[in-house]
Amino acid sequence: MEERTHISIRDLNVYYGGLHVLKGISLDIPDRKITAIIGPSGCGKTTLLKSLNRLLDAVDGVRVDGKVLVDGEDIYGPKVEVTAIRKKMGLLSQKPQVLPMSIFDNVAYGPKLHGVRDKTRLDFIVRNHLVEAGLWDEVKDRLHHPASRLSVGQQQRLCLARGLAVGPEIILGDEPTSALDPQSSQHVERKLVDLKKDYTVVVVTHILRQARRIADYVVFLYLGELVEHGPAEEIFTNPKNPRTRAYMTGEIS
Amino acid sequence: MKLETSPARLRHRRMVEASARVLMIGSTALVIGSLLAIIGVIVWKSLPALNLDMITRTPKGGYYLGKEGGILNAIVGSLYLGVGATALALVVSLPIVLYLNLYTKRKSRIAGLTRFAFDVLWGIPSIVYGAFGFVLMMALGLRASLLAGIITVALLELPIMSRAIDEVMVLVPRELTEASSAVGATRLETALKVVLRQCMPGIMTAILIAFGRGIGDAASVLFTTGFTDRIPTSLLQPAATLPLAIFFQLGTPFPEVQQRAYASAAVLTLLILLISVASRLLIKRLTKHVIK
Repeated sequence: MEERTHISIRDLNVYYGGLHVLKGISLDIPDRKITAIIGPSGCGKTTLLKSLNRLLDAVDGVRVDGKVLVDGEDIYGPKVEVTAIRKKMGLLSQKPQVLPMSIFDNVAYGPKLHGVRDKTRLDFIVRNHLVEAGLWDEVKDRLHHPASRLSVGQQQRLCLARGLAVGPEIILGDEPTSALDPQSSQHVERKLVDLKKDYTVVVVTHILRQARRIADYVVFLYLGELVEHGPAEEIFTNPKNPRTRAYMTGEIS
Repeated sequence: MKLETSPARLRHRRMVEASARVLMIGSTALVIGSLLAIIGVIVWKSLPALNLDMITRTPKGGYYLGKEGGILNAIVGSLYLGVGATALALVVSLPIVLYLNLYTKRKSRIAGLTRFAFDVLWGIPSIVYGAFGFVLMMALGLRASLLAGIITVALLELPIMSRAIDEVMVLVPRELTEASSAVGATRLETALKVVLRQCMPGIMTAILIAFGRGIGDAASVLFTTGFTDRIPTSLLQPAATLPLAIFFQLGTPFPEVQQRAYASAAVLTLLILLISVASRLLIKRLTKHVIK
């Protein structure tokens, strides 16, 4: 079965000042699957993820070369509108970061920026995506309360709803469950699995078991290099590279 | 080998602990004491002169010799000046601080230089601002007027306000601005809709500090705003201010008029106190959504 590729990374190099953090990465990320980026701390997982929606641009002293093609378009190309690239992708960060406004406004924030003014339509969008993120029942009676009063687990699902509300095709997760309690983690994990029906999901995780549970495709990074990538089953049951094997067995971490 | 503290050493440490505590409490008491003492002295000295006329009437002929009238001209003048200058300073401060925090790199030279400039400007005595404002006023072809005063006092307030807002804005976590960028917000949208909201309590405090400094300053308005017995009806007219009213009345040889100087000081202090309390209440409402 041939899969459609959604994101193609071609010879991507990232430097922080003099530090070469990603070294010649080339990789195809399949459409509507969960791709997990694994590897020890400091190996460049988050950098790789952030290069996909150009959030790296905001980091001081960073230099990127190479190509990242999303639906065939190079997002580092000269005529690219960064905001349009980012709109295509929802982001879940390590620590859920709600915006300093009400629950409703957190979800409506993106759509409003992109020009939705009609109140009924906004209500509809907010409701829809809170349902999609699995948060609606918990917050429907207090939509206008500050988002900061939600529990951390709820905040992460709110961030998911906020990301989904701008109609992305891709969901990026940077260790999205690392700040959450086990129950909330499970909730978010299940959501990601549900969402792959409609979205391409790319998740950075340092939890191998999590990658095993949810990933269809696995990418192993070590010290800024792409060591091995392939379907999850293959990587987990029969890693070809000795370094991947060493990581799986906990010899390197 | 077991480590043991000798009784003498223990006594010594206890004593140091106790004396440090006394010093700390003493210093704290001194601050609160000074505030109470200042208010006490002013109120006590102004009691004979405090009456409704004082705050509802402008000076009549011979007011400065002890005849009838009040300082309504200075109260209104100071409020106009304080509000005007603070608004102007805010309008200039916000773009600067947003630029420093969202548009330049953390360690950029221009940001460092700007912050250094603010620190220097903060330290410049207000009489220098007065002299500079005077030169500026002449260059602009203005006479001593409310407008010239507002510009001068805004310059005086600018470094205070910018630095105070900057202090809170550097604390905005990068993840928060990233969260906003990630849904496709431009830098300006992130600045106005997210960063300003998150900094609202700090901005309110900065406004308050700058306003207090501006409304209470005498030296910078001496040459630029002038002084008049009338309430100004246009930006181009001179205006009276409370600090100068205090200064002039205190300088007369008449005890009655000197009492009125204290009454003016009481009014100024009360004004600042009222505004502080009001803005604290306002801050409570504005912080509702702030992310801790």
